[in-house]
Amino acid sequence: MISLSLSDKVMLGTALLGGMAGVVGSFAVLRGRALIGDMLAHAALPGVCLAFLITGNRDLLGLSLGALATGLVAIAVVTVILRWTRTKEDAAIGIVLSTFFGAGVVLLSVVQKPTTGGNKAGLHSYLFGEPGGMLTSDILILAVVSMFVLAIVVLCYKEFLIVCFDSGFAQSQGWPTMWLDLAMMSALAVVTIVGLPIVGVILMAAMIILPAATARFWTNRLSMMLLVSGGVGAAAGLMGTQLGRGYPAGAAIVLTASFLFLISLLFAPQRGLIAKLLVEYRLRRRVADEHLLRTLFELSEAHLPELPVISLETVREYRHWNSLERVLQRAHEEELIENKEGQVQLTQYGLRRAAKVTKAHRMWELYLMEYANIAPDHVDRDADDVEHLLPETLLVELEQELAAEGRLPKIASEVPESPHKLTPETS
Amino acid sequence: MQFILATTGLALLGEPSTSTWIILTGITVNAACALLGCFLILRKMSMMGDAISHAVLPGLVVAFVLSGSRSIVPMFVGAVIAGLITTFMTQSLHQYLRVPSDASMGIVFTAMFAIGVVLVKQFSGGLHFDIGCVYEGALEYVPFGTRVAGMPRQLFSSLIVLLLNLTVLILLWKELKLSAFDPALATTMGFSATTMHYLLMILVSITTVASFEAVGSILVVAMLIVPASTAHLLSDRLGWMVFISVLIGAASAVLGFWAATYWDTSISGMMTVVAGCLYAVAVLTSPKYGLISSVQRNVRMSLLVLRDDVLSMLYRLEELKSRKHFSLAETSSAVGGGMLARLAVFQLQRTGSIELVENRLQLTEQGRDSARQLVRSHRLWETYLVEQLGMPLDHVHEPAHRVEHYIDENIQKKLASELDIADQDPHGRQIPE
Repeated sequence: MISLSLSDKVMLGTALLGGMAGVVGSFAVLRGRALIGDMLAHAALPGVCLAFLITGNRDLLGLSLGALATGLVAIAVVTVILRWTRTKEDAAIGIVLSTFFGAGVVLLSVVQKPTTGGNKAGLHSYLFGEPGGMLTSDILILAVVSMFVLAIVVLCYKEFLIVCFDSGFAQSQGWPTMWLDLAMMSALAVVTIVGLPIVGVILMAAMIILPAATARFWTNRLSMMLLVSGGVGAAAGLMGTQLGRGYPAGAAIVLTASFLFLISLLFAPQRGLIAKLLVEYRLRRRVADEHLLRTLFELSEAHLPELPVISLETVREYRHWNSLERVLQRAHEEELIENKEGQVQLTQYGLRRAAKVTKAHRMWELYLMEYANIAPDHVDRDADDVEHLLPETLLVELEQELAAEGRLPKIASEVPESPHKLTPETS
Repeated sequence: MQFILATTGLALLGEPSTSTWIILTGITVNAACALLGCFLILRKMSMMGDAISHAVLPGLVVAFVLSGSRSIVPMFVGAVIAGLITTFMTQSLHQYLRVPSDASMGIVFTAMFAIGVVLVKQFSGGLHFDIGCVYEGALEYVPFGTRVAGMPRQLFSSLIVLLLNLTVLILLWKELKLSAFDPALATTMGFSATTMHYLLMILVSITTVASFEAVGSILVVAMLIVPASTAHLLSDRLGWMVFISVLIGAASAVLGFWAATYWDTSISGMMTVVAGCLYAVAVLTSPKYGLISSVQRNVRMSLLVLRDDVLSMLYRLEELKSRKHFSLAETSSAVGGGMLARLAVFQLQRTGSIELVENRLQLTEQGRDSARQLVRSHRLWETYLVEQLGMPLDHVHEPAHRVEHYIDENIQKKLASELDIADQDPHGRQIPE
């Protein structure tokens, strides 16, 4: 028998719990049932009290079985309410949560009466968490439960995956979605109830949701998500107990998990806030650059092949600009234009780029008029929306299609004529 | 109303008893919560009540530390700020970062609560703070605390909140109503559903704080959701729903107090349980949406169909001049068997539509009339399906079998007038008059 110091035990226990909560939480979050964990945690109270009243002692296993029983009853009641009444899911969860917890509070006051010989402390730790009191047997229970949960997940991985992402399809393929759902819920219930005495009611709900939501930022694959989520949960458990000495352990663990969530929210590659803002900023910059090129092309068009000198005033009046100065600056650096003293002129290289941009715009306008039947005076705006996103291959395809139908203007090998009258946007 | 009740109570009876104060506090809190709850459940945001009631904790602690007092105004301010932060973060996580809405709610409120727990620990030197009390409240001690305006402090503050909620509800009734049922329409009509959402969440935060101390967070969550859901089962009109939910909130307070005193347990816990029980009663007995009435409707419908089936079967036998005779048991098993079928045959016998002659069932004159109408409906519909909709012959019996029960004399006339041949069905059988 390995003997562990208390702090080692606590760390091992919370890490195990965090890992498990991360795995089962992933399914709950993907299935849109994130708050079921919250409900289960609250619904455990009456079960704990009943178990205490029946067995008369504070044995963890007995209390947990009681909690599990009422938790499963709560899930059943929610299912019944959803199936048979007009009450919506959120309200159903709320009703069951509060009523069960209220019943728990009532039973708790019965337990506290001197005649039943109970006292508050033991059961209260169940509500608010007391990882400090962890015993080696508790670690064993945690380990057994983790093995059990892992076994279920490994065995039913494919089935859970399909139920999570497309339950309608799963049903049509003949999978017993109800039982699979129930299996996921039961795993969730077991983990919640094992975790209650460690982190407490509210923070157990957090342990279900946070690691899963964190993992979702990093991956689109369920297998990766389960790994990341379990890892985040375990890390939160370890770091929370390490860093949060002197503070309530449950809160410390949850704050650590929240911190990890915040980091992912900011820095995750595709879904993260910074990545999103960056993509948006780049797109906006490109759109502005291309707008400048097209504007200059349209203003120069009448004088081609000469490249006229255009006053900035004209450019400014031609359309709305957010920061024309910076756009001009960038274009100048790329040697697309020459600009000096309030005047601007396309370079030869700039003309080629501008012609390409304008071509994309006008091709799309033509396409919209031909195939989507949009009036000539409406296509400019619509083309504006997509021209920056059209890939080269699509442009070639458009060109071929229009040519095949004989609708491609002769000069289109260069830039087709604008299908509508060119007017400054600001007029 | 409660205010008048309280003041007249004071004037008439002198100082009310301890239990009167407790019940009054319970009623006021429950009514204030129920008013808001209706809009929460209609906007499918019930869990926001749960979320905000936990998330205000850090706001309260910070307000206490900064102001150094437990007076109600800084508490309100702290709670409103925390509530707004929670609402904003929940919405942003969902809208901009695509976190599922329930998960984003769960993340924000649990994180706020954890911050609150840590803050409490940090400042608990001067703070009297019992987490158990936050959950269960201390309704028992309400009458013995300090008094404001002649009534217990908790009653006073929840009364103010009740009046506040009532005022906002009356002033913005139309806007709240529209944005509860159709937020998009509300926005296009010029009053922003988002503003209404934030307003509602501010009210929830204030109500939560005012009610906390008296009744505990669990009763607040329950009273926000349960009476409103109960009322939702009982009414289809928002006005009635709000009224009924307030009544149910008040009833839960009174019954809960009574039950808690009888069994000598936690008052707010018992009020919650009573509210849950009232919801269960409504689930069972609501006239329109209750389980019992819907089972009743189903049974009545099945009986009607079974009776019709028996009648038309006997009619067709007569029409074919069949020698086959049906006993009671054979008839009921021919239409599907079971208790309902036997009951249907019994009903027909009792109303004199069929009779038992030498152990075989026969139509009476009255029964033959109704059977003829049924068969007429059936065949008219078959003819209509073939003639007007061009359905193949072998596909029309099943649909006609389904709708024959609903085709009354008017529809028969209409069908007959639209058909070219209205005396023979597509199988070549005569359509009876």
